[in-house]
Amino acid sequence: MKEFNPNYLDFEQPLLELENKIKQLHNDPEKTAKSEAAMEKLNKEYQNLTKKIFDNLSDWQISQLARHPLRPYSLDYIPNIFDSFNELHGDRMFGDDPAIVSGLAKIDNHNIVFIGHQKGRDAKDKVMRNFGMSKPEGYRKALRMMRLAEKFNLPVVTFIDTPGAYPGIDAESRNQSQAIAENLFVMSNLKTQIISIIIGEGGSGGALAIGVGDRICMLQNSIYSVISPEGCASILWKDSKKAEQAAEALCITSGKLLNHKLIDLIIPEPLGGAHRDLTAMSSSLKINLVNLLDEITEINIDDLILQRKKKIESYGEFEI
Amino acid sequence: MSWLDKILPSRIRANKKDKGSVPEGLWHKCSNCETVIYRAEFEKNLNVCPKCNHHGRISARKRADIILDAEGKIEILNDIKPIDVLNFKDKEKYKDKLATTQKKTGENDAMVVYQGFINKIPVIACFFEYSFFGGSMGSVVGEKFSIAVKKCIEGEKALICFSASGGARMQESLFSLFQMAKTSAALNSLSNKRLPYISILTDPTMGGVSASLAMLGDINIAEPNALIGFAGPRVIEQTVGEKLPNGFQRSEFLQEHGSIDFILNRSEQKIKISEIISALMSNHDNEETSR
Ligand SMILES: [Zn+2]
Repeated sequence: MKEFNPNYLDFEQPLLELENKIKQLHNDPEKTAKSEAAMEKLNKEYQNLTKKIFDNLSDWQISQLARHPLRPYSLDYIPNIFDSFNELHGDRMFGDDPAIVSGLAKIDNHNIVFIGHQKGRDAKDKVMRNFGMSKPEGYRKALRMMRLAEKFNLPVVTFIDTPGAYPGIDAESRNQSQAIAENLFVMSNLKTQIISIIIGEGGSGGALAIGVGDRICMLQNSIYSVISPEGCASILWKDSKKAEQAAEALCITSGKLLNHKLIDLIIPEPLGGAHRDLTAMSSSLKINLVNLLDEITEINIDDLILQRKKKIESYGEFEI
Repeated sequence: MSWLDKILPSRIRANKKDKGSVPEGLWHKCSNCETVIYRAEFEKNLNVCPKCNHHGRISARKRADIILDAEGKIEILNDIKPIDVLNFKDKEKYKDKLATTQKKTGENDAMVVYQGFINKIPVIACFFEYSFFGGSMGSVVGEKFSIAVKKCIEGEKALICFSASGGARMQESLFSLFQMAKTSAALNSLSNKRLPYISILTDPTMGGVSASLAMLGDINIAEPNALIGFAGPRVIEQTVGEKLPNGFQRSEFLQEHGSIDFILNRSEQKIKISEIISALMSNHDNEETSR
């Protein structure tokens, strides 16, 4: 019987079979020249198969990759791309939301303020992080960080990875809408640089609430959407099983969004996706982030804000 | 028998519980208390139920008639029309759905904008049209709203917006999500000019509209018993797996939780809104604030 590993998506399963074969050969105590050759052959096969699968991903497959159970989260990248990180907690009004991690970070010669969604890895962690779904106190913590950044002339870097803002009784009672709206309002005119990177799932208003900025970037296999493909399918198709079609129709992949000029940059992922090689992914992310910081900190801040406002104003397609 | 039951023809009285049995046109049945009254009387009462004060939905243009002075009321920005840039198709093409909705409603999109006066105070006023794709915000709504803001800044006028919307328009995907940023950014510029923005949240004001322009008023006013929130009640119920408290996400709940300034009956809106704008503008100077 074929083994099913939940950490492998259905289209990744053929890779798992090859990986297991390679592992078996590798662990064989009586390695022969023949088995070495066989392993080399399998390795090559593995590379080719990965390429074959990942060169032709459908939008739905990319959506699955963006939400892959092994996909790196903010806290996975932090030690790999920052030289130092001091986490800062709380909105100073109500509480501390673990679905958003924030603090002071150093990357190359840039001191920055970091704000990022955080999903949980194991069951307990997922609940603690509320699956990366922030409540108002999370957005208000983010807002406090932005004010701090503005005051001390530090660029803001945000990592976006959320299914959306938390749909809960407590969140609504504390005015989730206002918390999101206030961030949009402030970010449009914050007097410091803002770089936003979608690292996984850019889920609607909950993503945008830390996603208005000077440079909007997406990791290659991340998604950014007004609604999840499943949600869209159940509303417009009245059938959540039509998520595959909805993913296609919604144009949520980095390539399509760059074509529509809604994002500025795609950050490449290693072959097989970010989760297959955290080191390579981190280095790609770091190089791109440092380049962006180098570039925008050179721009006069008043000019930068004017450019930001023009960019935000330009969103939208209509006939006149 | 209540007075109403006495005057109703027996056919209607008998079917009182049966939704949709009231003949369209002549009679109106309140969706809250099910009282049936003459439609003409209901409309004369600004689509508010005389028995339970339920504020029924009302078109953007009728609202404009209620709020704005007849003199000097001019519709603007009606030449901005939606396009289907993503070639979006679910069960039917967005393009076709747009065309049929335009024909059915007589509107180009989900927002109507006027320049005019409210008790002689000059304003720009935006009204969501709920019958157009559930009042959803796409590129056209975002553009109209942000130009409305610009007109306020040019003419040193106050801005009024009546929201009635299910949120962002799915068929325009990320373009519609980004209208949240666009409208909020516009309001930031208005705020810098110290010009008042009065936001009136009506039934329903949800999702991307609630979480952008609707909650950003200097003064946020709600109509009685309007559904207002970010996530829809059904989604919340599914997520938390418990029954929602009575009156959850209704205007009265929001006022109790400090989310809105006050609740205002439709019949009093014109006078109250004009009083507030006149108070806020009484010492107006146009020196920019720092933020
Ligand atoms: Zn009633």
